[in-house]
Amino acid sequence: MNSVSGEFVLLLSGILFALGLTGVLMRRNIIFILMSVEIMLNAAGLAFVVAAARWHQPDGQVMFIFILAMAAAEVSVGLALVLRFFRSFKTLDADAAGRMRG
Amino acid sequence: MNTLLYISGFVAVISTLMVITRTNAVHALLYLIVSLLSVSLVFFLLGAPFAAALEVIVYAGAIMVLFIFVIMMLNAGADSAKQERQWLSPAGWIGPACLSAVLLGELVYALTGSSTKIIMVGMVSPKQVGISLFGPYLIGVELASILLLSGLIGAYHLGRPDKTEEKEEKERNGP
Repeated sequence: MNSVSGEFVLLLSGILFALGLTGVLMRRNIIFILMSVEIMLNAAGLAFVVAAARWHQPDGQVMFIFILAMAAAEVSVGLALVLRFFRSFKTLDADAAGRMRG
Repeated sequence: MNTLLYISGFVAVISTLMVITRTNAVHALLYLIVSLLSVSLVFFLLGAPFAAALEVIVYAGAIMVLFIFVIMMLNAGADSAKQERQWLSPAGWIGPACLSAVLLGELVYALTGSSTKIIMVGMVSPKQVGISLFGPYLIGVELASILLLSGLIGAYHLGRPDKTEEKEEKERNGP
């Protein structure tokens, strides 16, 4: 049984989430936006795992597994969309998505 | 134990900072892998070895390989890094960074004001996680499998080359 500062880990999760949010807001390349979304999902998973460790219950890790499955599904569809987008516009600029129209 | 936690948390923050500031997509991806590995180490130190293994296998393994393949297919060269550097002007990132910093400050304030300072950590074994996963959370597992199936079908549908357009073209020219 080890004593670990859970506050620090929650803080770490908050910092990672804020960094991911900054990445989503400031990048214009769709690949980087997707990577930042991954960072945010990972930070949320970290918060769930630290909650699981705090109460000695497996539920938090179960939620982490669900987040993992959701991230895998999201990234596969997202990257397929990116390929499609690049094929039709020859750019990765997110602003070009305004011309998509269906 | 706490020192290891601080070191890996520090590495995670630094490498994530590098991810959102790099101009070359492959460099950012490699930093993201470092970040995921250090978060996995944090999981292990928190007594969640199953989550740590899944983080390495699924996140740092499968999902990052998907990203690498897409970046290879997009064939982004040196000029894309140049354009990326042009897009990353200070006017573009100072606003979002300040707003995120404000939100983070609120979060830090809320966390430091809380009563639970130190938590005791015991290991949650993979067996417990599995029993919980296939006991009370069985419906969630089913929903996750449906989600993954729809993701698979969606990715196949979106990534497929436009057969219909080619066929229409051929029919128009054929007979």
